[in-house]
Amino acid sequence: MLKTNVTREKPASNYMRAVMAITWKDLSAELRSRELLSSMLVFSMLVIMIFYFALELDVKARNGITAGALWVTFAFAGTLGLNRSMAVEKDRGCLDGLLLAPVDRSAIFFGKAISNLVFMVIVEAIVLPVYSVMYNINLFNPGLLMVTLLGSVGYIAVGTLLAAISVQTRTRDVLLPILLFPLAIPVLVAAVKASSGFLLALDMSEISPWLNILVVYDLVFIAVSFMVFDYVVEE
Amino acid sequence: MSPQPKILKVLNVLSASLVLAAFVMAMFYAPLEKVMGEVQRVFYFHVATAWVGMLGFIAAAVVAIIYLRTHDMKWDIIGVAAVEISLIFFGITIVLGSIWARPAWGTWWTWEPRLTTAAILEMVYLAYLLLRQGIEDPERRARFGAVYTLLGGLSVPLTFVSIRLFRTIHPVIIGNGGSETMAMTGSMVATMLFSIAAFSVVFITLFWHRIRLGQFANQVENLKMKVSM
Repeated sequence: MLKTNVTREKPASNYMRAVMAITWKDLSAELRSRELLSSMLVFSMLVIMIFYFALELDVKARNGITAGALWVTFAFAGTLGLNRSMAVEKDRGCLDGLLLAPVDRSAIFFGKAISNLVFMVIVEAIVLPVYSVMYNINLFNPGLLMVTLLGSVGYIAVGTLLAAISVQTRTRDVLLPILLFPLAIPVLVAAVKASSGFLLALDMSEISPWLNILVVYDLVFIAVSFMVFDYVVEE
Repeated sequence: MSPQPKILKVLNVLSASLVLAAFVMAMFYAPLEKVMGEVQRVFYFHVATAWVGMLGFIAAAVVAIIYLRTHDMKWDIIGVAAVEISLIFFGITIVLGSIWARPAWGTWWTWEPRLTTAAILEMVYLAYLLLRQGIEDPERRARFGAVYTLLGGLSVPLTFVSIRLFRTIHPVIIGNGGSETMAMTGSMVATMLFSIAAFSVVFITLFWHRIRLGQFANQVENLKMKVSM
């Protein structure tokens, strides 16, 4: 018998194993169907093109507006992915099955959040180079990449929680952006300002307050989501 | 259906007369502001309504935590009452602020931190009401509502901080003549404090009424269930 799991490191605890199992399930399902990533990607490309026509992004306007255009794209594509990832759990009663598993329920949250984060980072990893090429602007800036990751973490943390809420309502996917955007304003403002700070090569002292907000937002909302997820899936 | 308790009846009359008195004070007792003129009188009600909105916002967040701990439907009714009052009063605050801002700042709207935060808070409340509308099961509606108000209670202060930072890094062109630089005389301070006190009583009265309304709605719901069974 072939032992395929030998090389994979064994997670330390039962909790970590549950988190990894859920993430792994999502990733391998996506690897086979590719429906979530492909729609997120095509959607992002379309948004970038619409920005070109809507804002007439000439060379001058580009520098100031790039960070904003990117984050609008990420935010919209993000809601698409978040909706889909929770809808598949709800549709065939998968969520109920997961809830029956004898693990702490926050493990489900972290599992879903990590897989959502992976999807979002993949989309960003493709959108950034494409944007660079299409608009002839260099986005390979370590600072910008760090901000993108920090912003995505906060956005996905609160987004995963709200997706778990909205999927259980009558209006479902329509509701998610309405619930998510007003709460995600701090993360979007801070991410846009920090990104454009790095792109315009501003002094670090002007960027660091925004990084602080991003880190605080990430920590607060990861902690709160961890604490309240139980109430969201409780039956 | 129980009739209004005696204290509530007293509060009804008291709030009406206090608001009327605050209005008279703002119009006739408070002196004319030199720079801004008559329109400055809207400021007294503006501050007072913002205060009530703030009370509602804090009450909603606190009540949300209590609900999540106790799972007692009573707290859900109180939470909705707080959110609705806060929604209405912040709405009034924004409108009054606009009336004042037009002559004072030369524009109906500026992206000033307090203004913007109030507007985003209104969006949070509207999202909250839409969320509740989409859920039939009362227990789940209460649970999700509480979670969402709790998240809002955490995110809105961060929004305020981030927008304030947004404005300080970029120079503020209009809005420097805001309330910070407004020198107030004794009678102006008195009028402002009186308005705040008057609207606090209004808040208590409305809060009470709205909670009663929520209880009645619950009773009606239960009666309907009984009939249909």
